[in-house]
Amino acid sequence: MFPIRVKDLVVMPKDRPILNGVNLTLDGEGISVILGPNGAGKSVLMRTLAGLNEYHSGEIDWRGEQTPEQRIAFVFQHPMMLRSSVCHNVTLGLKSLPLSKAEKQQRVAEVLEQVGLAHRTNESARLLSGGERQRLALARAWATKPRLLMLDEPTAALDPTATEAVEHIIQKINADGTRIVMTTHNMGQALRLAKEIIFVHDGQVREQSPSTQFFEEPQSEEARLFLKGELPWQVEFND
Amino acid sequence: MGDTLLQALSLLTQLDPAIMSIVGLSLQVSLSALVIGSLIGMPFGALLAVAQFPGRTTLVVLVNSFMGMPSVVLGVLVYLMLSRSGPFGDYGLLFSPTAMIFAQTLLVLPLIAALTRQIIEDTWKEYELELKANHLSKRQSVMVLLYDCRFSLTVAVLAGLGRAISEVGAVMIVGGNIEGFTRVMTTAIALETSKGDLPLSIALGLVLIGIQIALNWGTHGVRSWAMRRYG
Repeated sequence: MFPIRVKDLVVMPKDRPILNGVNLTLDGEGISVILGPNGAGKSVLMRTLAGLNEYHSGEIDWRGEQTPEQRIAFVFQHPMMLRSSVCHNVTLGLKSLPLSKAEKQQRVAEVLEQVGLAHRTNESARLLSGGERQRLALARAWATKPRLLMLDEPTAALDPTATEAVEHIIQKINADGTRIVMTTHNMGQALRLAKEIIFVHDGQVREQSPSTQFFEEPQSEEARLFLKGELPWQVEFND
Repeated sequence: MGDTLLQALSLLTQLDPAIMSIVGLSLQVSLSALVIGSLIGMPFGALLAVAQFPGRTTLVVLVNSFMGMPSVVLGVLVYLMLSRSGPFGDYGLLFSPTAMIFAQTLLVLPLIAALTRQIIEDTWKEYELELKANHLSKRQSVMVLLYDCRFSLTVAVLAGLGRAISEVGAVMIVGGNIEGFTRVMTTAIALETSKGDLPLSIALGLVLIGIQIALNWGTHGVRSWAMRRYG
């Protein structure tokens, strides 16, 4: 499956391209954080890699694997929670896998223990706090034992304590052998978690470099301006 | 008027056997039609909500249109199908409770399917990406959506029951309103009123309204509990 090579990827759902010639290579280890301003195409890039979006042209090379989607998991910024128990919500991710009932139960119990929700197994998922919901979503993804896990701003609306808990789980999942690609607007989080930074601007990858290098010595002018908070963007105000 | 009402209440408190028999048959016919209609209509409506195929819009419009199908028209169609010269004439089902169940099933099916499609489609818009991200097939997605919307879908079931138990045209035509065999509450009310037996009509009307209120009350209770339990 790795390295995944993306070549000249164009996503154009309507008249205007959202991704306009993305070139990217993802190796099989660590955590990559996609940075970039709002509307740059970060989420669309991840969804396209996960097979959730169609692309107009270009190529995604999964190293010859036919159905890589089965080995990819995705956690959204606002994960969907079914109107049922915490346990049942985790099994949703396992429905498509050829596992016995006992194996599924074992996996559910394991991941709920790992994310600290074992004591809430039979409670309603919709009544969990924001941080707990995100941990549950991570457990749902983790239970499938994915090779690649995509996280779309997993801590966007969380307080520092919940954010720390989620980051800890992300690191545990990565240590368990899952490659992680995520987006965030939290620079501290990117610095703490990332092995490499993928900087996206105007639908293109402008820079892909090791995390320390990106923050200390960004190669592209856009990345430098972005880090200084001076990247120009277009906002029209109607007076 | 007051005397008539008192006589009607008296019939009810005495658990008049004629009334009990009519109420029993009404419930048997309408609930059977509702179960069959729900088992077919809900998966069909849910599939219509998530599937994309040529002619889908036309099918949605047709299903929605059949929600308002006049029961007498449907009664005539079922009559033609079940009459001796019809395609199912050999089974001898005309003027039987089975024929009434068949007619009422056809009556509630589009209603349940259309309401289910609307409820599931709204939820599908919200869940689609997540279900796809979990690699669920269309069939698995339909099952998950039906389960997740189970409390909202009680509205579709209630609407179906209301349509079935209150209609008079179809059961009158295919059942024949035979006393002790195919006479249900609505056909009995129509007949007894025309004969001038108002206490029996009013008693049956009260039962009909009471059943509707009780079921709505029960459903409201279940939904309120579900909201508290599951959010």
